[in-house]
Amino acid sequence: MFKNFKLILHSLREHKVYAILTPVLMILESACECALPIIMARFISLIQDYQQTETIDFVQFSIQAGIFISVAIVSLIAGFLGSKTSAKASVGLAQNLRLDVFKKIESFSFANIDRFSTSSLVTRLTTDVTNTFMTFNIGIRVVVKAPLMLVFSTVLSFVMGGRMAWIFIAVIPLVCLAFFLMIKYATRIFNRVFKRYDKLNESIQENVAAIRVVKNFVRENYEVKKMARATDDVRDDFKKAEIIVSFASPMMSLSINLVNILVCGIGAWIAYESGGVEINVPQLSSLLTYGVQILMALLMVTIILGMLSMSLESMRRICEVLREESTIKNPKNPVMQLKNGAVQFNRVTFKYSEKAKRNALDEINLDIKSGQYIGIIGSTGSGKTSLINLISRLYDISTGELIVGGHSVDRYDLRTLRDNVAVVLQKNVLFSGTIAENLRWGDLNATDDELLAAAKIAQADEFIQQFPEKYNTYIEQGGTNVSGGQRQRLCIARALLKKPKILILDDSTSAVDTKTDALIRKALKTQLPETTKIVIAQRTSSICDADQIIVMDNGHIDQIGTHEELLKTNKIYQEVYHTQNKASQQEGGGI
Amino acid sequence: MPRAMPTGKGKKGTINRLIKMVCKQHPLGVFTVLFFVVVMAFSTFGAPIFVGLVTECIEQGIQGLITEAEFWARMTEYLIIMGVVYGLGVIGAVIANIAMSVVTQDFLAEIRMAMFEHMETLPIRYFDTHKRGDIMSIYTNDIDTLRQIVRESLPGVFQTGVIVSALFIIMLCLSIYLTLVVLAAAVAILIAAKRIGRRSSKYFRKQQEKLGVVEGHIEEAINGLKVIKVFSHEEKSEYDFSILNDALSEDGIKANTAGNMLTPVIINIGNILYVILAITGALFVVFKVPNISILPGYKVGVPMIVTFLMMARMFSNNVNNLSQQLSMIFLGSAGASRAFDLLDEKSETDDGYVTLVNIKYKRDGSFVETVEETGFFAWKHPHKDGSLTYTELEGDILLSHVDFAYNPGHRILHDVTIFARPGEKIAFVGATGAGKTTITNLINRFYDIEDGKIRYDGININKIKKSSLRRSLSVVLQDTNLFTGTVMDNIRYGKLTASDEEVIKAAKIANAYDFIMRLPDGFNTMLSGDGANLSQGQRQLINIARAAVANVPVMILDEATSSIDTRTELLVQKGMDQIMMNRTTFVIAHRLSTVQNSNAIVVLDHGKIIERGTHNELIEKKGVYYQLYTGAFELE
Repeated sequence: MFKNFKLILHSLREHKVYAILTPVLMILESACECALPIIMARFISLIQDYQQTETIDFVQFSIQAGIFISVAIVSLIAGFLGSKTSAKASVGLAQNLRLDVFKKIESFSFANIDRFSTSSLVTRLTTDVTNTFMTFNIGIRVVVKAPLMLVFSTVLSFVMGGRMAWIFIAVIPLVCLAFFLMIKYATRIFNRVFKRYDKLNESIQENVAAIRVVKNFVRENYEVKKMARATDDVRDDFKKAEIIVSFASPMMSLSINLVNILVCGIGAWIAYESGGVEINVPQLSSLLTYGVQILMALLMVTIILGMLSMSLESMRRICEVLREESTIKNPKNPVMQLKNGAVQFNRVTFKYSEKAKRNALDEINLDIKSGQYIGIIGSTGSGKTSLINLISRLYDISTGELIVGGHSVDRYDLRTLRDNVAVVLQKNVLFSGTIAENLRWGDLNATDDELLAAAKIAQADEFIQQFPEKYNTYIEQGGTNVSGGQRQRLCIARALLKKPKILILDDSTSAVDTKTDALIRKALKTQLPETTKIVIAQRTSSICDADQIIVMDNGHIDQIGTHEELLKTNKIYQEVYHTQNKASQQEGGGI
Repeated sequence: MPRAMPTGKGKKGTINRLIKMVCKQHPLGVFTVLFFVVVMAFSTFGAPIFVGLVTECIEQGIQGLITEAEFWARMTEYLIIMGVVYGLGVIGAVIANIAMSVVTQDFLAEIRMAMFEHMETLPIRYFDTHKRGDIMSIYTNDIDTLRQIVRESLPGVFQTGVIVSALFIIMLCLSIYLTLVVLAAAVAILIAAKRIGRRSSKYFRKQQEKLGVVEGHIEEAINGLKVIKVFSHEEKSEYDFSILNDALSEDGIKANTAGNMLTPVIINIGNILYVILAITGALFVVFKVPNISILPGYKVGVPMIVTFLMMARMFSNNVNNLSQQLSMIFLGSAGASRAFDLLDEKSETDDGYVTLVNIKYKRDGSFVETVEETGFFAWKHPHKDGSLTYTELEGDILLSHVDFAYNPGHRILHDVTIFARPGEKIAFVGATGAGKTTITNLINRFYDIEDGKIRYDGININKIKKSSLRRSLSVVLQDTNLFTGTVMDNIRYGKLTASDEEVIKAAKIANAYDFIMRLPDGFNTMLSGDGANLSQGQRQLINIARAAVANVPVMILDEATSSIDTRTELLVQKGMDQIMMNRTTFVIAHRLSTVQNSNAIVVLDHGKIIERGTHNELIEKKGVYYQLYTGAFELE
């Protein structure tokens, strides 16, 4: 736990000053706040004396009043500045932490990303950072202030009230215990209830999403009944939890009241017996104030403990990311140039993690010459994507040897390698920004003519020209304002702009119609003769004119050959070819 | 950072409506709350009064103004009364809190159900014109706001209102001068709180906006992380991020400084008030300023100063609370008014009177209505003269000269005429937006036509009760929406009374049986989160089985096979072929291979029928269909 704190506080950096200044200001503020009642008591005794003696020392009176008011003002200023420094410290921490985690994630390899999953990474970088921020912002003030108030108030109670302060010592542990138990019990119930509540909302969401199904099957009443049951359950649970919490604030006032009565009763007795010597009225009144302060401080401690325990999990999750090391790193003395687009697999095996039982790829031997056009086909999970991911070192091979452009793949500078091996991923995305900006991902300095040329090869120019803003058309987040086929073509153009030596298309034309698909292939062949082209496809029609077709099955290469060869000898290829051509003759029709 | 408060103002009268609603539905609960809140409030300012009395008594005791017996008698009396008052206060608080919780939770459950129940009656148009996230936010954020208002703010305003006014009167009774001091300080606190509050909410809103931008960037960057890696775009992406992140921090510091400041400033102004009050009191005593009060006979002395000090704290705290609760209500009224808007949406209307009933065939071929589930249906058609006629359900659909517009003036369909005899398969082909799905939306009356007629077995569908009409149609949609529950439950959704055997039979027809049996628990496998643990193709198969179990004569298939891998696609295709047998079917096709054997293919373009005929006829015609077929056009 403390290791996590340390790691997170590491991100404070230039904001450390504020993080140290805040507690100092808080010490000042609490000291002032605690001093007020004692000064007040002295001040009031002055008046009391006056009432009895009818004489007053005005100098003394003014000094006391002056101290009195300046302490209050100092407290105000300290509180004011503390708010500022704590905001600066905590916002600064959040800012640096966010950047640190972001940088760390950007350094992750595919294997790291898979291990965490993207949605969990997003949560860690958003919700978890926010939770940590909030705890820090409050914590940095309260962690110092609450215990200090507790200590100051208790000590001063003894100074002023003498043995009467034992009342507080007797009541405090009781209140602590009661609150602790209640918070523990209530959080447990609330955690459970909130899960149910989330479920309830999920099922409403499900219902809104599936409203057409509900209406088509005339299931409105059925859904209402289902929902009524769930709503009642949630309501009853919430009631239970809230009823427990209902006791919290009355209990708090009960203990304050108890302290008040005890202080008044015992105080009256002591004051009367001692004739106002051991304790007098003003002291009594200040004691009451300390009682409230002690209990408030306790309450703060419990609240901050609760908050801390909630954000501990967030901090742990952030630290998990910060501690993770990328599994793929740049080699020492890297090769900075890729000679050509030849690829050679020698007895390569690959598994996604060391713990994985099965190899994702087994005994892969392949020889791809620079400039060749390679097709890969096989059912889902046969290892097509795994195979091509190794070439640009998105994953490291487990055993064997993988040579790209004359050198082992792990000897290249990562940037050099990936600039020369362009992959159009299966799950591809465009980023919010204009089409031109998106295309320039491939080459930041590409000229407009180069953009046009790449788009033309990818058969994207035609539809881009139809947009009113053409290449300046804004792409929404997730690329939702272009169709699937258009998105795929833009992604291909983007990869082409890298002018890679090896171009890999992972099922990148699935949403493109057959005619356009054929045009893209033709353009690639004629305009990029030097580039090695590796194409994964679902349809035999997309790869039938390849130099070599690799048929993958269950993590190994089933057979390599041309379309004609495979059609004659390979069972898997035959099966795929025949089902596609029986069911969808027209899809081969355009070729 | 606190959750974004609902922004914008609520409609006028929203809070009134809310209060009326709660009072009407829970009169007893509300009364209990109000009563015990008053009890609670009175006990809270009992404290300073008694502390004052006690100190006065002590002083008199010490000074020897009263005898020992008198002292102890008064002391015990005060302490007992104090105990009783405190006790009542605590009990009152517990009861009030419990009553508030009960009323609030009951009310929330009621309004949630009312919203849900009402939502289920709303026309599809509502769902097509409102974003899913917005609808959900009514159930989550806005309901939370309602909770906040009903549970905290409204009782809070009442309680602090009672306390503030009572304290004010008590203070006036004791000393008007000192009351004025307290009042001045309270005003100062209010002004400070308001200024800080305004500043903080302004920057919190800004912070929230920027946080949204940053989180959007994070989401995009992480979802596209693999692409970023492939393009070695890490540095650029980090740079973009740090710019947004820095901008967020700028507003964050301002927002949080103001936010952090509120409590210390209020407490410390309270402290200063405390000091000023004490000094003023002292000056009054020293200079013997005569006291003015509503109740005569009180003079400013140490006991009164002590009492006033306690009351002043309470007063300023409560005034501050009051202003915060009021602004919460003000801010929350936007959320409440969104909830009411949902309740005020107009329900789907249904003037239909022709219903679908089960029938039993007699030996001579005639039939009678029955309550049994026979699997045979007829339309029961009451006429104006009181007579009843029955028409067998066959699945004969006729659209004649149909015009349609989602929004008046923007006509989507123009003069569409289509007929399907029982058992025929009609395919719709055309680009996105050509009106294919729209036609199916009209057949089941998700939307009503503008002009023309749709007849089902010869009956105008406007005369058919919507529930009956929809029960007679089975629809397989493009979006494969499944529900949380077992596979069995999901298929049974098509016919709630279906036996396990019927469900299994339907799964077999839909070609889903094999893969279901391979799932860990077969038909009892729990599906969660929209069936996320299944592939797209598998979900579609369950979808088809669900339609199959309904076993009705007319099917609408909005097929979705583009994102399915080749092998599953084949299964889905076979499943669809099987349930289309002997049924009137409308197919929306993305792949032309699936529609070649249709009785008629209708090619739509911009809401008009541009070609129609069988596959062979259309190929011979060498028109648009031919071009699509040969891949010269893209079907996007």
